[in-house]
Amino acid sequence: MIEDYFNLALKNLKKRGVRSWLTLLGILIGVAAVVSLVSLGGGLKAAVDSQFNIGSTEVLTVQAGGMNNYGPPGSGASNPLTKEDAGEIGKLSTVEVSIPRNIRNVKLEFNKKVSFTYAGSIPDNQREMDYVYDFVGLETISGKLLESGDRGVIVIGSNLADMDKNGLDKNIKVGDNVAISGKTFRVQGITKKMGSIIMDSTVLMTENDMEDLLDYGNEVDLIVVKAVSKDLINQTAEDINKLMRDRRDVKKGQEDFDVSTPQAMLESVNQIISGIQIFIIIIASISIAVGAIGITNTMTTSVLERRKEIGIMKAIGARNEHIFYLFFIEAGLLGMIGGIIGVLLGTAVGYAGTSALNTFLGVATHPEISFWLILLTMTGSFLIGAVSGLIPALNAAKENPVEGIRG
Amino acid sequence: MKEVIRLKEVWKIYSRGEENQVIALKDFNLSVKEGDFIAIMGPSGSGKSTGMNLIGSLDVPTKGNIYLGKHNISSLSESDLAEVRGRKIGFIFQQFNLIPNLTARENIMLPMIFQDTELWEREEKADELLKLVELGDRAEHYPNQLSGGQQQRVAIARSLSNNPDVILADEPTGNLDTYTGEVVMKFLNNLNEQGKTIILVTHDPDLAMKHTRKIYWIKDGEIEKITEKVRGKWKNIRKKK
Repeated sequence: MIEDYFNLALKNLKKRGVRSWLTLLGILIGVAAVVSLVSLGGGLKAAVDSQFNIGSTEVLTVQAGGMNNYGPPGSGASNPLTKEDAGEIGKLSTVEVSIPRNIRNVKLEFNKKVSFTYAGSIPDNQREMDYVYDFVGLETISGKLLESGDRGVIVIGSNLADMDKNGLDKNIKVGDNVAISGKTFRVQGITKKMGSIIMDSTVLMTENDMEDLLDYGNEVDLIVVKAVSKDLINQTAEDINKLMRDRRDVKKGQEDFDVSTPQAMLESVNQIISGIQIFIIIIASISIAVGAIGITNTMTTSVLERRKEIGIMKAIGARNEHIFYLFFIEAGLLGMIGGIIGVLLGTAVGYAGTSALNTFLGVATHPEISFWLILLTMTGSFLIGAVSGLIPALNAAKENPVEGIRG
Repeated sequence: MKEVIRLKEVWKIYSRGEENQVIALKDFNLSVKEGDFIAIMGPSGSGKSTGMNLIGSLDVPTKGNIYLGKHNISSLSESDLAEVRGRKIGFIFQQFNLIPNLTARENIMLPMIFQDTELWEREEKADELLKLVELGDRAEHYPNQLSGGQQQRVAIARSLSNNPDVILADEPTGNLDTYTGEVVMKFLNNLNEQGKTIILVTHDPDLAMKHTRKIYWIKDGEIEKITEKVRGKWKNIRKKK
């Protein structure tokens, strides 16, 4: 009756000293790392996604000079994209719409303070405007979005409106006037928090206003392309690549521009996350290995300390396998207790981390704690403990009763 | 009377290398019948502990045969021996040897766990035995909360839990003062009066002569003499060959 041996093992565990419990730290940290990693996984992905602003799956972006330059995307490229490029891309059969956008650094003045931030252009015609709003998922929390024909008005991100985050010591409200690079604009709307630090700190104005203000002429920083179908997205990317190589007269493999598909972006996001996960898993594995050795060590000591007890139990009828069960289960329970505390700790980290991410990014992710995850970790840590206790338990079982009783 | 234990021409030789052999027991013969109360008497180093280990099936002989009832146990494996002694022998030790992490009641139940006895039966039997040794009110006490005499009484109860054929008591009063020792011996006497076979292992001739009816005197690994109480008087029934 195996439950009797569980009971006996539990009673033995209760009497253990601090030393035994310290050996659990390894298992505890390892399990906590795994559990918090899994529970944070969703939040982590949402966080990285939101920073990369991955929205629609049929939207591609075209930039000059690759993605690795500093500053707003596309700006500062030696051979910038042009409005004509956007127009030609729009004519491709696999493209539904092609929208040129500019994103620039601007100086924002309000309440006699200055802040530097990004300004993004919104196309002037209503159809393209709606596309952009849709791609980015823009909504206002107060006021309204820009409309076709609007001039001298802007929409600002939620961080810019918030005095705790805008560095201007005063909240900006709808109807307030602010100076952008020396020219006065009226705030017409404030966007909902999106979780992207860039998007939440951006000033949006119409294409016409922005060109008047910054005078970049024909230059385009970013072309946003919607494919006709998301199944054809790779074909669309291929078509754009070919067109742009011809227009810019570069050979394949030497592109001075970059067409990025949502898949490619997702891939790079996943790569970042995988990197983090691998790192954590390595740390977790090392901790668990250290913990396992700790359990072997503490069980070996325990067998030596309890030789007399083993002898007595054998004298009163314990067979070798009974002694083996006792120590094997005890080692397993040691591991499992480490696992339980690890799960609790990992869950706590998961909840705390998710809630921190949610507050920071304004997203609503939930920690992914499942019954199966908990069951698996418990069983896993029991098994790790038991396996670590295997050799000590076998030694205990082989103990000679006569020598044991003599002490 | 039915024979419970028989040792026939038993030798126990401990060897540490070919040159260094210690003969602990030499041509040892012993027969214990149901209801007997015998003593194995001898000074330390006489071989009485070795004898006890063999009788208690804690150890196997180098030569010779040991019968528990009708079964020859001299060639059983360690694990099978454990099962035999668990069912047939009840041990009482000088050091009490209770498991410190278990309460009095749990200690008494422990030997029954190894025999796969059902929980309800274990509990019932443990309570019955606690009453028998007059410790019904100490059931939930741990060994370190009990006096030496009380611990030894728990040990007596534990030795009875699987209803063994023989109680093997190794210096049961050795760690107790005279009065407490007497109380413990009284319990053993009562058990014997109820029909339990008891083997007392001791170095104390007064204790052996006061409580038992037959004494095996051991010296240097051999039986020196066997005395028996006949109508209140001790008679030598076998001299050394």
